[in-house]
Amino acid sequence: MEIKLVKDILAANNVIAAQNRQLFSQHGIYVINVMGGPGAGKTTLLERTIERLKGKRRLAVIEGDIATARDAERIAAHGIPVVQINTGGECHLDGNMVRGGLEQMDLAAIDLLVVENVGNLVCPAEFNVGEDTKVMISSVTEGDDKPLKYPLMYQVSTVLLLNKIDLLPHVTFDKERFCVDARKINPRLEIIPLSCTTGEGLDRWINWLEERTGAAGA
Amino acid sequence: MHEFAVAQSLLEIVEHEALRHAGAPVTRIWLRIGHLSSVVPDALRFAFAAVSRDGIAEGAVLEIEEVPLRIRCRACAEEFVLEDPFFVCPQCAGAEVELISGRELEINSMEIADGD
Repeated sequence: MEIKLVKDILAANNVIAAQNRQLFSQHGIYVINVMGGPGAGKTTLLERTIERLKGKRRLAVIEGDIATARDAERIAAHGIPVVQINTGGECHLDGNMVRGGLEQMDLAAIDLLVVENVGNLVCPAEFNVGEDTKVMISSVTEGDDKPLKYPLMYQVSTVLLLNKIDLLPHVTFDKERFCVDARKINPRLEIIPLSCTTGEGLDRWINWLEERTGAAGA
Repeated sequence: MHEFAVAQSLLEIVEHEALRHAGAPVTRIWLRIGHLSSVVPDALRFAFAAVSRDGIAEGAVLEIEEVPLRIRCRACAEEFVLEDPFFVCPQCAGAEVELISGRELEINSMEIADGD
C-alpha cells in the first residue's frame, strides 16, 4: 500500500526554528547565523564585532563546533555571554541544538545574538536555526572559485563578508570574478570586503548591524 | 555529511507514519530532491540504510527524483530550467527572477507491506 505524504523532510527542524524565532521576536533579539568554511575568520570577525559594538548593543554568542570550547573561550575573554555547543560530529547546527543553547541564556538581556555555525560550506545552508539573517564569511585565501562550487551557501545568505582583503597582494584571487560569480548566484547579495586584521571595511559591517538592532537596553 | 541528519529526519517521519498503520514494514520511499539542494542521493541512501537498521524501515528502497532548478523571470514572465545556479534570466539577463523549484528536500510517499 502506498501512503501519500508530501512533506518537507526537515519539517521537524523548521518547526523548532520557527519556535526559536518566535522566542527571539518576543525578546526583541536580532539573530544572525554566521556561516563559512574553517579558517575563513568567523571567530575573529566576532571578536572585532564585539569590540566595536560593546556598550552600544548587548551581544551574546552561540558557538557551534564539532569539538572543543576554544572558540567560546576566545569570546568569553571579551566579557560577553557565550554558550558553546559541541555537535559531536554533526557538520552543522540545527534548530534543536540552538534551542538547547538558549536555555542557558538570559534572553531579556540580549539585543543581538550571533550564532557561529560549524565551519563548513555545505551543510549549514540547509538548516534554519530561527535566525533573522544568514551571513556568510569567505576569505581571499580560500580562492575565488568558491561561489560556483558551493552555490547554495551563497544563495541563502543575505550578506557576504569577504575577509582578509589585506592579503590580496599576496594571493591569486580575482576579486572582481568572485563578486560577479557570487551575484550571479544571488543578485541581491550585499558584499562587504573587509579585513579583521587591519580593520578596513569593518565600519560598513558594523553600520549594517547597527541599522538592524536596537540600542542597548532599548 | 549532513545526509545522516536528513536520513534521521526521514526515518522519524516514515516510522511515525508506519506506526499509524500497525507498524507494517516500510518497503519503498519516494523522495524529491532539488538540483540546488546539497544532498547527494547515494550518500543519503547509505545514511538511511545505516540509521534504519533493525527498524521497520530497514531495507526500504529510496526512489529519488531530482527536481530541476526552475526560475521565473518577472520581466519576461517566462520560466526557465537552469543547469547552473545563476539567478539571471537566460533571455533578458535580468536579475528579477524567482525560484520555482530546485530547493526541495521532500518525501512524497511511502509504501508499506500489505498485511496478511
